[in-house]
Amino acid sequence: MESEQLFHRGYYRNSYNSITSASSDEELLDGAGAIMDFQTSEDDNLLDGDTAAGTHYTMTNGGSINSSTHLLDLLDEPIPGVGTYDDFHTIDWVREKCKDRERHRRINSKKKESAWEMTKSLYDAWSGWLVVTLTGLASGALAGLIDIAADWMTDLKEGICLSALWYNHEQCCWGSNETTFEERDKCPQWKTWAELIIGQAEGPGSYIMNYIMYIFWALSFAFLAVSLVKVFAPYACGSGIPEIKTILSGFIIRGYLGKWTLMIKTITLVLAVASGLSLGKEGPLVHVACCCGNIFSYLFPKYSTNEAKKREVLSAASAAGVSVAFGAPIGGVLFSLEEVSYYFPLKTLWRSFFAALVAAFVLRSINPFGNSRLVLFYVEYHTPWYLFELFPFILLGVFGGLWGAFFIRANIAWCRRRKSTKFGKYPVLEVIIVAAITAVIAFPNPYTRLNTSELIKELFTDCGPLESSSLCDYRNDMNASKIVDDIPDRPAGVGVYSAIWQLCLALIFKIIMTVFTFGIKVPSGLFIPSMAIGAIAGRIVGIAVEQLAYYHHDWFIFKEWCEVGADCITPGLYAMVGAAACLGGVTRMTVSLVVIVFELTGGLEYIVPLMAAVMTSKWVGDAFGREGIYEAHIRLNGYPFLDAKEEFTHTTLAADVMRPRRSDPPLAVLTQDNMTVDDIENMINETSYNGFPVIMSKESQRLVGFALRRDLTIAIESARKKQEGVVGSSRVCFAQHTPSLPAESPRPLKLRSILDMSPFTVTDHTPMEIVVDIFRKLGLRQCLVTHNGRLLGIITKKDILRHMAQTANQDPASIMFN
Amino acid sequence: MASLWCGSLLRLGSGLSMSCLALYVLLLAPLTGAAKNFEDVRCKCICPPYKENPGHIYNKNISQKDCDCLHVVEPMPVRGPDVEAYCLRCECKYEERSSVTIKVTIIIYLSILGLLLLYMVYLTLVEPILKRRLFGHSQLLQSDDDIGDHQPFANAHDVLARSRSRANVLNKVEYAQQRWKLQVQEQRKSVFDRHVVLS
Repeated sequence: MESEQLFHRGYYRNSYNSITSASSDEELLDGAGAIMDFQTSEDDNLLDGDTAAGTHYTMTNGGSINSSTHLLDLLDEPIPGVGTYDDFHTIDWVREKCKDRERHRRINSKKKESAWEMTKSLYDAWSGWLVVTLTGLASGALAGLIDIAADWMTDLKEGICLSALWYNHEQCCWGSNETTFEERDKCPQWKTWAELIIGQAEGPGSYIMNYIMYIFWALSFAFLAVSLVKVFAPYACGSGIPEIKTILSGFIIRGYLGKWTLMIKTITLVLAVASGLSLGKEGPLVHVACCCGNIFSYLFPKYSTNEAKKREVLSAASAAGVSVAFGAPIGGVLFSLEEVSYYFPLKTLWRSFFAALVAAFVLRSINPFGNSRLVLFYVEYHTPWYLFELFPFILLGVFGGLWGAFFIRANIAWCRRRKSTKFGKYPVLEVIIVAAITAVIAFPNPYTRLNTSELIKELFTDCGPLESSSLCDYRNDMNASKIVDDIPDRPAGVGVYSAIWQLCLALIFKIIMTVFTFGIKVPSGLFIPSMAIGAIAGRIVGIAVEQLAYYHHDWFIFKEWCEVGADCITPGLYAMVGAAACLGGVTRMTVSLVVIVFELTGGLEYIVPLMAAVMTSKWVGDAFGREGIYEAHIRLNGYPFLDAKEEFTHTTLAADVMRPRRSDPPLAVLTQDNMTVDDIENMINETSYNGFPVIMSKESQRLVGFALRRDLTIAIESARKKQEGVVGSSRVCFAQHTPSLPAESPRPLKLRSILDMSPFTVTDHTPMEIVVDIFRKLGLRQCLVTHNGRLLGIITKKDILRHMAQTANQDPASIMFN
Repeated sequence: MASLWCGSLLRLGSGLSMSCLALYVLLLAPLTGAAKNFEDVRCKCICPPYKENPGHIYNKNISQKDCDCLHVVEPMPVRGPDVEAYCLRCECKYEERSSVTIKVTIIIYLSILGLLLLYMVYLTLVEPILKRRLFGHSQLLQSDDDIGDHQPFANAHDVLARSRSRANVLNKVEYAQQRWKLQVQEQRKSVFDRHVVLS
């Protein structure tokens, strides 16, 4: 009867749709109760280009005029606000992608009408490239600003350049006339604070005065940073990468990528780095770049109205962020692929590459470091490495993995304590205390007093004859007339031993302080501190191996390769490998890390040691826990992130996870044409569900579609305002034809346009492995469960996350959002 | 009245600074090319001690292709066959920088920081005093936020309700500002108070 008519009409409509649509591999579905076809739901669909990608299901949602709507529905205009999402909710990927394809079809079909329509379609096709170009430009410019300002403010803690106040120490000494070799580090234009305040440059009084001024500046920068964050943009604190990962998987956090967050993050990042805290600026630069991408995507209607397309731009923007942070465009693209993005179709690969390229180009043209390189520690040496050195490299990898596991556990424990006890009630005080402790302990040790990037550069650089630091205080054989490059291995002098002591103390200090610094309420990144810790450990191991090779050159492992007088061991290389190992241990990156490090250093010969160390650190780290630091923070915050890297291997069925359970009240459903506006409003007010399935009748329980809570609320509100005659007792009709009502009943409300006619369903005996796979690959929010064709229950993403937490023996109540 | 002007001017200022940042890139590209200072380019050669010569540093403003020991080291302290051995120990590097870029960047950064600091001082200290004077003590206590919420924007709700009645340009600005304050307050609650996001 009516149901069969509906079935046929649905069938015809879909076939009509398939004739008019451009893509050929859209499958038709039956009118009601669509059953999934598992073989075709592969990743290829998501990796395709834009027009040819086949969606298996067509939708008739509100928010866009569908070419296949029935004649009567054409009279209803789309209700504004339907199709948008609430804050802290997940988007519906399938709906967004369908909306985009509809829009594309519409523009293409009108293309041939006039020249204006043709230009509009060209503009639409090219707007993607425009957005990523603008994003790359903005990211490069902001990164240049941040680098120059951070350099200047860091040196402000020590002194000031009287001749030109805007120069930091290195730039001030650029024009110095000290031409004798012994005095090459002195620089009279640069005045330390002690010199300015009490007039003497050396001596205990000036040391204490410098100490006091250092602490004063560090505290004031930290206080400024945290107050700006607190007053203007609380979302600007932290690293940003866990939240961006969640946003890219489909979560909405309004304001997280906004203008104020961008401005405050840029300004306070400089202040936080300048205050000497143990943090870096790479993670926040990714956030800054994503903010730029988000802001520019609002200029183009293709991206501003579609959440799925916007996330493509954000993936490209995060590649640009890493590209300017490290000077590694390819590493940035791989980072975006491996760490940050959730769906990464080929089109996004190209756009990310382009964005990274543009950003790197802009940064290079600003030239912040005066040497045409993008990052401070670009070192290039080409000394070979030997096979026996693989053993210390693997040892460094083990250290990196162990440190990563320790750091993740300690940091999460501290953050959890901050979240739940009264430690977290005083964020400003916490930042000031951490900055004070860092400044007080860091000043006496020359290696921690340095800017962390400069420390890494010094550790990466190998000792030539012109180095004057105590790390290079080897006992030189003055009679040797060797040329500059090929300095043989030498015994260490007193300076080297004292430097090793100071480096050990610096290592312990940094390990402890980074645990407490990552996660405080200023922008804080993790890459530079991890690399510093690894570089210190690596350099110490390198010097140890070098001295071992010198004093025991007759051992069989050294005899092959390290003769007396040969330049055998390069401690700088060990520092590099150590830095990569520690960074890999904490973030569990693999390919992207290796690419970033060899783009950073230009050392293509060292890929094998780097890979060995990174793989070892990943294996050792994974032995203690499978999550990297960012996944751990996502889990701590309870974000609804369905990790694509985890495998679900339990044998539960859909019926075990679905709601309602046996003890729960029955499923809250809407019927097709039996409910009134008041009934629906009562149901919305009494329950807190995000959506309601629509069935034909309570007896048959046959599925018609799915209606979202937000869409229902907006549609009913706008109908009450705009359509006359709609009152509380009006019937709500989701069906094609309104049922025949008695003459004096109020006008019915047709809400078919907001109904999702093709919700995904599985049967109750579907294994959960397949259900989890479907959720991951298609980006679903909810999935209906049927039994023998009748609606039985619903599985939402939150249910799946809770179930996964339960099977992994974690707390299922920690999943907060849906 | 003065507070409204102040607030709207500062909002305009922050909007202007955003567009200033956008001009930054366009300004700097021609500047880095054109205004290359004489002392912004140099070739620096460091020569360590050799035989009885002490070490010395040589600077010269020379192009990149001529940046090597033979062109830069003048007068050559050793003669004849020793020149090659001396020059092999010297390390010559071509360095350039753009002092204009650095100056412009620092000035832009400090001005934005200064504006933000002024606005912060205004919002946290000056505005509550002005509001108290204009609207009297009783209004503040009626706010239905947490009692004892001394954080900025604590009274955004009632100002928002009041300003809906009038509709001219200044009130539109005030309305937008109050809406922004509400948003920031919500963000502050989720991050700092309830520790829901970004712990």
